[in-house]
Amino acid sequence: MTRLRVRPHGRLIAAVALSTAALTALTACGAKSDTADAKTAGGVKASAATSVADFGTMDDLVAAAKKEGTLNAIALPPDWANYGEIIKAFEAKYKITIKNETPDAASADEINAIKSRKGQDRAPDVVDLGVPFNQSGAEEGLFAPYKVASYDKIPASQKDAQARWYNDYGGYISIGCDASRIKVCPTTFADLLKPEYKGKVALNGNPNKSGSAFGGVYAAALANGGSFTDIQPGIDFFGKLKKSGNFIPVESTPATVEKGETPISIDWDYLNASYSGEFKSKGLDWKVAVPTDGVYAQYYSQAINKDAPHPAAARLWMEYLYSAEGQNLWLKGFARPVLLPSMTADGTVDKSLVANLPQVSGTPTFPKSTDLDSVKAVLAKNWDKAVS
Amino acid sequence: MSTQTLPAPGAADGTRRRRRAPRAWLGTLPLLVFAGLCFGLPVGALLYGAVTHKEPGRATSLTGENITTTLHGAYLNSLTGSVELSALTALVGTVLGMLIAQAVVTSRGGALRESVLTASGVLANFGGIPLAFAFVATLGISGVVTQLVHLDTLGWNLYSFTGLSVIYLYFLVPLMVLISVPALDGLRPQWREAAQNAGATDGQFWRHVGLPVLAPTLLGGFVLLFGSAFAAYATAAALVGGSVPLVTLKIADALSGNVQVGQENVALALSLDMIVIAGLVMAVYLPLQRRSTRWLH
Repeated sequence: MTRLRVRPHGRLIAAVALSTAALTALTACGAKSDTADAKTAGGVKASAATSVADFGTMDDLVAAAKKEGTLNAIALPPDWANYGEIIKAFEAKYKITIKNETPDAASADEINAIKSRKGQDRAPDVVDLGVPFNQSGAEEGLFAPYKVASYDKIPASQKDAQARWYNDYGGYISIGCDASRIKVCPTTFADLLKPEYKGKVALNGNPNKSGSAFGGVYAAALANGGSFTDIQPGIDFFGKLKKSGNFIPVESTPATVEKGETPISIDWDYLNASYSGEFKSKGLDWKVAVPTDGVYAQYYSQAINKDAPHPAAARLWMEYLYSAEGQNLWLKGFARPVLLPSMTADGTVDKSLVANLPQVSGTPTFPKSTDLDSVKAVLAKNWDKAVS
Repeated sequence: MSTQTLPAPGAADGTRRRRRAPRAWLGTLPLLVFAGLCFGLPVGALLYGAVTHKEPGRATSLTGENITTTLHGAYLNSLTGSVELSALTALVGTVLGMLIAQAVVTSRGGALRESVLTASGVLANFGGIPLAFAFVATLGISGVVTQLVHLDTLGWNLYSFTGLSVIYLYFLVPLMVLISVPALDGLRPQWREAAQNAGATDGQFWRHVGLPVLAPTLLGGFVLLFGSAFAAYATAAALVGGSVPLVTLKIADALSGNVQVGQENVALALSLDMIVIAGLVMAVYLPLQRRSTRWLH
């Protein structure tokens, strides 16, 4: 319910709803079946397997996963980094059903789902998390360590040394722009301050909540003399943008873009790039530019729930995502898979897909998680003040 | 539900009275259990979370830190922002709603009354994301009305405190109309005639009779509108994101997001603050409500 209603009927409805909810909660807590966690050919429990070798061969892992038959996923939006196609391809290849719960959930919801459904059949098996949550989740002991076959090829800065999580795909903060409404599209953060963009610049959400909006403020900070430990210039930049009337607090989505409500949207380049194709059929000319003055890249990470109800399927999903096939599918969604450098070197990358990516110069560097902690506190404290 | 028990045949008066008290109490037991489970438990959990602190690998410890945090900086801002927005919209909504209700009650046409009341019933429940998008489509930057009348050149901005107030009034005014019509119906015409016979002007009637009798209803309506606006979330979330500081949005940021980690207990402390504020507002209203029933029923 979205609003408080204290009418007499409201009370009755609330009472019925609450008791129904309580009953459903009580009856729906099916306990995890014990048969799921069978011993593998290698003599290790599937939930304790730390690599394919523990299962025996890849075929043994596939067989064990097929026996489980289901994979519980959460928060995988089909229109985000090509997840829709990845899910379909995995299901077709291994005949395993993916139950993708709440595709639009946030990282915090994923962690909550792991914690609150411990030991239940409907707990998520695998999670795709924003950077702040992989480290905290690992420290809380929520993830199972597992090394995919290509683990060693993941750059050291992009993985947990104990293999409890590793980055999967990422991208750069970019400026999307509707060229059919805007005469000259902005290509830098400095451009955004121009008076011609009054009432046109939006972020993908509130940076205290949305990872991409947070990245947008971080990139703006880098463009304005800030650093990984100093996000204040970015906050000030949006404060300036708000004062000039250029910034609008609307959360940009494909729908707001299509309607012309948010003709300029700061977002991950893979989202903006995938909108381009989608909008072309609707007569919109959506241009994407990675701003040259504020280059900021960030990756998401994968992790396996330590108490996954389908431990073998979870591990097979990971192997699939980090295979050349899975990585190329992310690339097809304009996201930069973490193995892109090694795949470029060994030639397994689909070169036509690489050519489609928005152009970026230089190699990305990443903030440390301690940097993130300090700048998040600054952001939580100062963001509202700057833009309200 | 009737609480009267029939005397058992042949039972003496005295015994009946002694046995009746515990039975009456037993009758309310399901209600008490239900209230305890559905309202008590969540509030207890909320209270517990608001005053405790847990770090991975360490024992839970008691702390006042969460509540202190909510009373400083951006969190305090969001609390005052919510109170300001709710108080303003509730005040405007009460006045407008009452005036519309008065117009409807004194109008002769029964059709007008019926249609206004039906429309109010529908609009009072129109909220959340559909409402936000309806406003974006009409009064947003590229909204139909905005483009037609060039509202943007007049400084109109839907994504602001003012814009949000207008949207809230869209469901608060009809709610107030629904509340005030029965009360205005309860104002007996005889009182007015009596006042006129005694030589009172319209102004005097309203000042000395009408408004004092209606005061509790007005205040009650204000409290309800305040609560409705105070707890609203989806409309604001869809519309202004983080640019108008509201406590419900802050709770959502802390509970469910991709950026802030480990802020759950602060969210619980914020909810506790909300309960306290709502409780304070109710505390003003309850004693006055008793007075109104004396006149209007």
